[in-house]
Amino acid sequence: MTHKEFMAFIWPSLLAMALFIAVPIISVAYQSMFVEHEQIMIETETCGPFGCTPEVAVDQDAMRKVREDSPAGRFNGLDTYTNSSHLATDEITEIVATSENFGEIRDRIMNLPFYKALIFTLSYTFIVTPLVIVFGFIIAVVVNSIPSFLKGPVIFFSLLPMIVTPLVGSLVLFWMIDSRGVVGAFLQYLFADPSLSLKASPTLTWVTLFVYGVWHSAPFAFVVFYAGLQTVPSDTLESSMVDGANRWEQIRFVVMPYLLPLATFVALMQLMDNFRIFEPIIGFSASASATSLSYLIYTDLREAETPLFGSAAATSMLTIIGVIILLLPVLFRNAREFNRKA
Amino acid sequence: MALFQTSSDNPAAQKSTALAVLSVAFVLVWLFIAAFPFLWTAWGSFKAEGDFFSRADWMNAIAGPATTAQTGGAFTLDGYRGAWIEKEFWRAAMNTGIVTLCVTMISLTLGTLGGYALARSGFRYTFWILIAALVFRAMPHVTLVSGYLLPFFQLNIWGYLPTTIIVLVAINQPFTLWMLHSFFLSIPKDLDEAAMVDGCTRFQAFRLAIIPVMWPGVVTTGLFSFLLAYNDFTTTSMLLTETNATMIPKINSFLGSTQEEGKVMYAVAAVVSAIIPLFVLIMFFQRQIVSGLTAGAVKG
Amino acid sequence: MKFKLTTALVACGLAMSTTAALADCGIEGGSVRILSNDFEALHVIADAAKTCANDSVEVTSNATTEHKNIQVPALTTNPASYTVPIVATNSIVPLLNEDLIRPLDAYVEKWGQQLLPQQLIKVDGKVMAIAFMANAQHLFYRKDILEEHGIAVPGTYAELIEASKMLKDKGVMEYPLAANFKPGWNLAAEFVNAYLGTGGDFFKAGSAELDIDNANGMKTLETLKAMTNYMSPDYVTYDTNGVKPIWEANELAFVTSWGSRASAYIGDDSPAPEIAKATALAAMPALMDGGVPSAALWWDGFTIAKNISDEDAEASFRAMMKGISPQVIAENQELAVWLVDGYAPTPAADGVVANLQGKARPYPMVPYMGLLHTALGDNVIEYLQGSESAEQALDDITAAYNTAAKEAGFLN
Repeated sequence: MTHKEFMAFIWPSLLAMALFIAVPIISVAYQSMFVEHEQIMIETETCGPFGCTPEVAVDQDAMRKVREDSPAGRFNGLDTYTNSSHLATDEITEIVATSENFGEIRDRIMNLPFYKALIFTLSYTFIVTPLVIVFGFIIAVVVNSIPSFLKGPVIFFSLLPMIVTPLVGSLVLFWMIDSRGVVGAFLQYLFADPSLSLKASPTLTWVTLFVYGVWHSAPFAFVVFYAGLQTVPSDTLESSMVDGANRWEQIRFVVMPYLLPLATFVALMQLMDNFRIFEPIIGFSASASATSLSYLIYTDLREAETPLFGSAAATSMLTIIGVIILLLPVLFRNAREFNRKA
Repeated sequence: MALFQTSSDNPAAQKSTALAVLSVAFVLVWLFIAAFPFLWTAWGSFKAEGDFFSRADWMNAIAGPATTAQTGGAFTLDGYRGAWIEKEFWRAAMNTGIVTLCVTMISLTLGTLGGYALARSGFRYTFWILIAALVFRAMPHVTLVSGYLLPFFQLNIWGYLPTTIIVLVAINQPFTLWMLHSFFLSIPKDLDEAAMVDGCTRFQAFRLAIIPVMWPGVVTTGLFSFLLAYNDFTTTSMLLTETNATMIPKINSFLGSTQEEGKVMYAVAAVVSAIIPLFVLIMFFQRQIVSGLTAGAVKG
Repeated sequence: MKFKLTTALVACGLAMSTTAALADCGIEGGSVRILSNDFEALHVIADAAKTCANDSVEVTSNATTEHKNIQVPALTTNPASYTVPIVATNSIVPLLNEDLIRPLDAYVEKWGQQLLPQQLIKVDGKVMAIAFMANAQHLFYRKDILEEHGIAVPGTYAELIEASKMLKDKGVMEYPLAANFKPGWNLAAEFVNAYLGTGGDFFKAGSAELDIDNANGMKTLETLKAMTNYMSPDYVTYDTNGVKPIWEANELAFVTSWGSRASAYIGDDSPAPEIAKATALAAMPALMDGGVPSAALWWDGFTIAKNISDEDAEASFRAMMKGISPQVIAENQELAVWLVDGYAPTPAADGVVANLQGKARPYPMVPYMGLLHTALGDNVIEYLQGSESAEQALDDITAAYNTAAKEAGFLN
């Protein structure tokens, strides 16, 4: 394929991504290196329905000039990245210098918001991703073996966890896992522990989120593998049967290698999605026990009355860097394969 | 298509009735886990809020004492009536129809062209384009959407369906590209190369040799594009006005900033009714997924 | 058909007659575009404002829970996409900080005769917003349970905790108390409430420097922690939507929650009518003996965008005067605690009115309060759950706030 042909095919796609993703990423990266101008304040009196109080306010006339001179704000270099809400380099240096033992270092670092979020994000990513792949694969193999008139309904019901909007899905699930809800009551009965509450204990909250993650994403892996299974050449399978391979050996030596590229694909997508985990934390009101990097961005941008764009930008860039680090092994493999192909 | 089918002419199948039983049991358990919350919701959508979200006893959701007390019957259509008639949910359903249809079509058109090019070009930059697409996908959507607001307001394109459609297409493009690229890699190169030897241009080869066999991949990718547009909340809630709202922001508005008595059931009813078109869709397309590629590749 | 009416007539209470004579509100022309949060009282106002629409006046509204995130970019453009952002005590601050709303003094003078002086939100002597609703958290209690056990209505947190202990010890209820303690915005609001009850200020006078790392801060944290002893461990997920069903399930004797929810708690249409009948409202308990109710008072009001034509601004103000006219409010008394002339408080307003009478303090409207609110929301829960000390929690709050305030340019 020539360069010209290649461009002819790919330009609409590239243009869309450049305009709506690449440009925003560049502007976010730029923004992350700036902080707001020093605010010029004036003392005023604020009056309202509940009386008057002396307050301060931003001096608009003075600020207008400053903002016009440099709209992006004050240049701050990488300081936002290293401040105590992000990588907290100074705090860590101090913690390491003043702590008595490793346990104390660990506990004190875990108290820093970024690292607390990072630990949950990583745990979630590395527990949910493999489980999703394994479950998705098993479901795909088994569903593939059922009579074809049942396949349609089975596929539909298997997809439900992915289809039902998380907005209401988590509302209903959150109610079901309440200690009075159907699942919560069942678990209390199962473990014979009437005080069991999935909402209160940090450990159980984590487990709940992991289970939800696998439940929600397994259909994705299932569909990809299922579609892949349809393309496994039947003559290869038949010849393996002639060679006396049993079903497990068929799966192990014929199907799995064949589906490996798809597994890589699922792994790539799942690693990324799981690293950006956010909605379940809101849906399950889990922020007391679990915060993620995306949750930090959300609190900076959305929950805050005064959005902290620089801080959110820095966390976003750190998320991207985190994803790149996670994907490096997969990328290297792809690069090798690509070189072989080319 | 003979893979693992338990027909008697398959020699491997005969010795594995135990395995067959096991796999049937597995499917049943999985179906239960996958479908139970939804079936529970579907059942509950015909009950009053006091029953479905009962704290006294979850059995109330099945028996429905409050529903009987409030409406006189064990089942009520109040949730559906409220959502569809009082709150005009059909408007949101129509918007969702437009958005999902456009997003899926545009995504797939751009994605098949791009994915095909990436799968067939051996130049080094294709690798880097794929990597860049991955990095693009890593960007948290919350940040992206907040960044769109100001330019969109300045261009006066905020709040309209086409803007949202294009944004959803773009956000989804890395995924679509990757997925279709993988599928095109699995289509033998000889197909289009043979066509080109016969004197076709690259585009003709794509049209005549590739398009007929690409549908399983496209349908599967399309399913995900569809679900993304259908279920999106982050983007649609921030980029659409109340009148242009799609289903998910509309459902969120039933929940409101504070939940009013009974309105939660509008949301539950809306969710249940929103699933029905998907059921039809999947029943229709699952045949495509199953029968497409193998048949096409053999014929080709 | 267009009626020509003088503004004087509009203001003089002709509006009280229920004829639709004022359908076009006397506006000559312009476009009114309302951006608001999504709840019933605001829908009523927007719908009333929409009756001003005619051939030359366009009135549209967008009610969305995302209004806070949309308003700043939407008003930054010229002309602004919305002419009337409806705000609350906290969400007006970004609009003030970014200089996106216009002073309303001239409009108030010309068309605001229906307004009470208390409705004018003045910053630096200029009217920047018109308030029409008040809201605050207050105490909900079960008068039947309190009477049965001879408990007086708690006036202080100490009494509230003591009463809860008594109910727990007697085995009446395992967890008699609930409050909106979900980490994030809700928990921060609880801290703000309690801290205001200490009489202390959050910041050193005239500066953005935080001033909570002291006895007042400790007292606040200890009080919150003492409350958690009588709350179900699930309190980490409690917000206003989460608490109400528990109340209705007859499992609670005390709740502190928003006044705006009171009508749903005591309404005839409650799913648990007996409990609704036994529910009574009181002021938020005081933190100190003889102190003010420890609740932050909030208002909801409207502002007018700066980057719009004067014609639109005028039309917007007049349409909103229609929206919050005494007539509209009179028909919707039960929806909120209105600040509008002629409002007669309904029983659902008892709690907020008691707060007002007890001289509870307003939520601070300083530019950096939002930053503190976020810092509080993220850093109090570990102390409540017992995984860190109160001193550590205050340190964490201070660190988070200082970092944010530096980034926002309020601190060096």
